[in-house]
Amino acid sequence: MNALLNWFEQRIPLMRVANMHAIQYPAPVNMNFWYVFGFLATIVLVNQIVTGIWLTMNFEPSAERAFASVEYIMREVDYGWLIRYMHSTGASAFFIVVYMHMFRGMIYGSYQKPRELLWVFGMLIYLALMAEAFMGYVLPWGQMSYWGAQVIVSLFSAIPVIGPDLVVWIQGDYVISGATLNRFFALHVIALPLVIVILVFLHIIALHEVGSNNPDGIAIKHKKGSLSEEEKTNYEIHEYYTSKYDIADDVVPFFPHIVLKDLVAFSIFLAGFAYVMFFAPEMGGKFLEHPNFEIANPLKTPEHIFPVWYFTPFYAILKAVPDKLFGVLTMFGAIAALFALPWLDRGNVRSWRYRSGLHKWNLIIFAIVFIFLGYLGGTPQENWKIIASQIATVMYFGFFGLLWIYSKNEKTKPVPTRIR
Amino acid sequence: MSNVSVDAKQTASDNQPENTNRRKFLTVATSVIGGIGAVGAAVPFVASWNPSAKAKAAGADVEVDISGIAPGQLIRVMWRSKPVWVVRRTPELLSSLEAHEDQLRDPNSENEQQPAFAQNRYRSLKDEYLVLVGICTHLGCSPQHLAEGAFAEYAEGVAEGFFCPCHGSKFDMAGRVFAGVPAPLNLVVPPYQYLDDNTLLIGSEA
Repeated sequence: MNALLNWFEQRIPLMRVANMHAIQYPAPVNMNFWYVFGFLATIVLVNQIVTGIWLTMNFEPSAERAFASVEYIMREVDYGWLIRYMHSTGASAFFIVVYMHMFRGMIYGSYQKPRELLWVFGMLIYLALMAEAFMGYVLPWGQMSYWGAQVIVSLFSAIPVIGPDLVVWIQGDYVISGATLNRFFALHVIALPLVIVILVFLHIIALHEVGSNNPDGIAIKHKKGSLSEEEKTNYEIHEYYTSKYDIADDVVPFFPHIVLKDLVAFSIFLAGFAYVMFFAPEMGGKFLEHPNFEIANPLKTPEHIFPVWYFTPFYAILKAVPDKLFGVLTMFGAIAALFALPWLDRGNVRSWRYRSGLHKWNLIIFAIVFIFLGYLGGTPQENWKIIASQIATVMYFGFFGLLWIYSKNEKTKPVPTRIR
Repeated sequence: MSNVSVDAKQTASDNQPENTNRRKFLTVATSVIGGIGAVGAAVPFVASWNPSAKAKAAGADVEVDISGIAPGQLIRVMWRSKPVWVVRRTPELLSSLEAHEDQLRDPNSENEQQPAFAQNRYRSLKDEYLVLVGICTHLGCSPQHLAEGAFAEYAEGVAEGFFCPCHGSKFDMAGRVFAGVPAPLNLVVPPYQYLDDNTLLIGSEA
């Protein structure tokens, strides 16, 4: 057995990579529940890929057959309903864990130097995920698929000069049509999943290069020679890390300690996931919207058009601006601001535990505003909501503006040098 | 410059060309030709996203028989897979179009949302018949036709109009957008012509 493993190891570095990136990876000992969402996101990604492959076995990407083929999957394919609900519930679950993962990064300052690129890769994954989810939602060819696509694609018509031609090019027709459906299918099942998997790989490589942050936001890697033998960890940490740094006695190896913790979270997550999947797969019209149970009809707009819940905060921002081009720019600006977060925060204390009360409130209010925008963007238009979404939009951007201002000379608490 | 040579038997000086211009020229030439090749190779991939010949054929002109439209009635026809409305407007409706012009964003149709023949108060070739692409100029939803006073809920004193349920944009019975709504422009008037008194051809001008 050993001889066989050695034969492989000499030809491909399986154990070396496993040791370096999992078994002997130094993880801060104080990682709390906020640190499970990256693991959960990976699990959901695997779920989406596997169930997605199975769905393509029966789905027919044409305007004439798509809707009927989804019904066929639901009613006539053995366990088709389960696989489809795993996929549709997985889409919403993906955004839930990704939003938690992002907020974790924000409260503990995981985007700050030296993790800027790690954050940017994460944002790129988020962006690719939005495109992936949007195109996936078009595929069943229900009313909301069609009209949602109509709204999103026509965002590009706001681009001066080339806009209208660009829309025809994206659609492959003068309207959203079977041609559009077919190309979205290709992008949804091949192009974007490949991009996402590659980005996840880069995200993890970048993470392991700079090391995991933790709720205290302090380093576990110290300059070579700066720690005494007692201060160093007794665990076996891969030499890739120990040869460059002194690793403090603040870490545990990723396997089994972190993996087991993540598995506990996974089992809790799975219970919630299964509950939704079996008892509320439509989630009251939030995960699968009611008009989508009707086949796409280009001549009849549904009474209300909303994107799925995970896009509604940005949709509210789009609607808040009365000017079309400026509205589109503001919406993309809302995402661009998140990209720029590592450079907008000029502080050098990472965790909100040691930052000012102002910062804590700024973060909490930002989270509330984001959820409120989601509510505004996902419910029927009313007069008061226009003003409310405008105020909330200003507050959304206000988070970044305030952060940039106060972080320069922020009053912070003393930061410990060690976790324990 | 580093003097390290991959091949240890050769000294660095043997390896250095006396004049690097030729090498530079070759590098640039290869890059440029390679770049042109890459752009050329991208052409089929980009162009294959254009509407196919079939889609273009489906976008051809549409004939509409308008003899059966009752006064006040709206009919929908498909042109390029878009809803096109043909409304037979009553004289009372036509005379009411002037009254609310102060509430409109572009009452004189100065933005080119219509063929030149329709740049008038009624935005039509013959006053009686309104022909519009029924897609909101905000984000492409199809507005609803609200008649017999139902529109007054959204615009004071205007009995009839189009209301977009997506984001609340409002248009009058000439397809002109109201001020203060998300839609920036009047509804599009497609190119059309009358083949005879009862037949409309949507898609091209005379």
